[in-house]
Amino acid sequence: MDEFILEASHVSYAYEEEGAAAVKDVSLSFRTGEMTAILGHNGSGKSTLAKLLNGLYIPTEGKVTVCGMDTADENHTWDIRRNAGMVFQNPDNQLVASIVRDDVAFGLENTGVPAGEMPARIEEALTQVGMLPFIDRGPHTLSGGQKQRIAIAGILAMLPRALILDESTAMLDPRGRREVFDTVERLNREKGITVIWITHFMEEAARCHRAVVMHEGQVAMDGTPQEVFSRVEELRRIRLDVPPMANLACLLREKGVNVPHHVMDVEGMAREVLKCRS
Amino acid sequence: MPIVIENMSHVYQPGSPFKADALTDISLTIEDGELLALIGHTGSGKSTLAQHLNGLLQPTSGRVLVNGQDINEKGTNRRALRQQVGLLFQYAEYQLFEETVYKDIAFGPKNQGLTGDELDRRVREAFALVHLPEDCLEKSPFELSGGQMRRVALAGVLAMKPSVLVLDEPIAGLDPRGREELMQIIDELHDKGVTIVLISHNMDDVARMATKVAVLDKGCLAMHGTPREVFSRGDELEKMGLDVPQTVQLCRQLRRGGMDVPDCLTDEELAQAIVSALKGGKADA
Repeated sequence: MDEFILEASHVSYAYEEEGAAAVKDVSLSFRTGEMTAILGHNGSGKSTLAKLLNGLYIPTEGKVTVCGMDTADENHTWDIRRNAGMVFQNPDNQLVASIVRDDVAFGLENTGVPAGEMPARIEEALTQVGMLPFIDRGPHTLSGGQKQRIAIAGILAMLPRALILDESTAMLDPRGRREVFDTVERLNREKGITVIWITHFMEEAARCHRAVVMHEGQVAMDGTPQEVFSRVEELRRIRLDVPPMANLACLLREKGVNVPHHVMDVEGMAREVLKCRS
Repeated sequence: MPIVIENMSHVYQPGSPFKADALTDISLTIEDGELLALIGHTGSGKSTLAQHLNGLLQPTSGRVLVNGQDINEKGTNRRALRQQVGLLFQYAEYQLFEETVYKDIAFGPKNQGLTGDELDRRVREAFALVHLPEDCLEKSPFELSGGQMRRVALAGVLAMKPSVLVLDEPIAGLDPRGREELMQIIDELHDKGVTIVLISHNMDDVARMATKVAVLDKGCLAMHGTPREVFSRGDELEKMGLDVPQTVQLCRQLRRGGMDVPDCLTDEELAQAIVSALKGGKADA
């Protein structure tokens, strides 16, 4: 198995000829099995990057490979999209059929999977997102989080090696967000599926292996979430949020309470603060 | 201009197999100048309640009074009463339709009968409140970013000069900068004396901004009080599927660990409380 499943090398992309580049000379490699959060403002280039990573856009300069295949090579287009599936923001824009089963079948039909294989693939995919009991329901009867999990199942049925999720929790309520994030995290952990998780929610990023911050079309930071979120001042300068606990840690250090930089969640913070008593 | 909701219930599709009790026997007073956060799980009735505040929906039973007058009673000037309460829907940017931002903001006041200089002044005043670059006025709203479009929609509501502003999840789907800018605008409007009803899932924002919190659970009013009162009932909130702010979660965990800290709503307050508790602890030892 190749070590890097998605690779961008000196990639630039401009939406219009002569126009300003939305992504400028970005080089990033994503390891097989890694779950990476991509953060940044609207307009920072993160969605453009996502669409470059599964060949929806072809770089203006530089090169993107998916499982070793160059996205610019049209012979590989379908293989690339099957291997790196993409989930978008709006749950209502992605479902096409009137019942869940047909929706998950849609991609399989388009890629010529034999009809005999389809029921098993559909059921397996729905099982993986915890939605099998809903197989005969109409998507309109589902919550936003459930719809997103159906969209993910539609991709899983194609047996992809990577999932790219572009703000797939942005329009969901807290329960829906947790459902979708937990589902994807489990797929990463148990099935080894590589995940690119684009988000505005810092607490989601805190749970990924790696966090990349995009700013003005370039990579501004790249490291573990602990490393990235300890750079509170820099994040504030580009007006990104820091997780509430990282912010509190910063305030406590200013007041002379010695909590480490890498604390990001409530449990960790409680442990560290209680340690300071002795 | 207080809003008083009296024993109000709302049933969707009554008498049909799809009958659904959306709100049950709600009594709630929203005082002048309050920033009331309305929280509750999806489906708890928040948006239904919001639409009652300006008469978009009519109660199955009970009353909604604005400034002492029933907004649904025949014979009262219902239109004028309802215009006192402006409602910004979820994802309001999808409702923009005009050729320019200016025309979109002007749509409401024009329907009110305003013309000429008066209309122009109204549009420019509302536009100034949402902090968009001056050159946006003559642009098509569809050239703007999502966050900017949402602020245009808000300006359209503000152009009606409401004394109460109801905002249904105004920051949903925005990026951090968009969220921050919009919350700042809401803060400023509140400072100017506009009564605000804010529907939100973001408990950290609610803790920071709200003067009162109302919690809906399965169509009933489960709690109503200050943020401190409401968030101190963390176990009950969690049973309803709601989060408590991270600051309050930490306070609870610290107390469980034997540290004496009160529930704090902001990071600054909490940092101070931890410092005091640590000093106190050391003095005892």
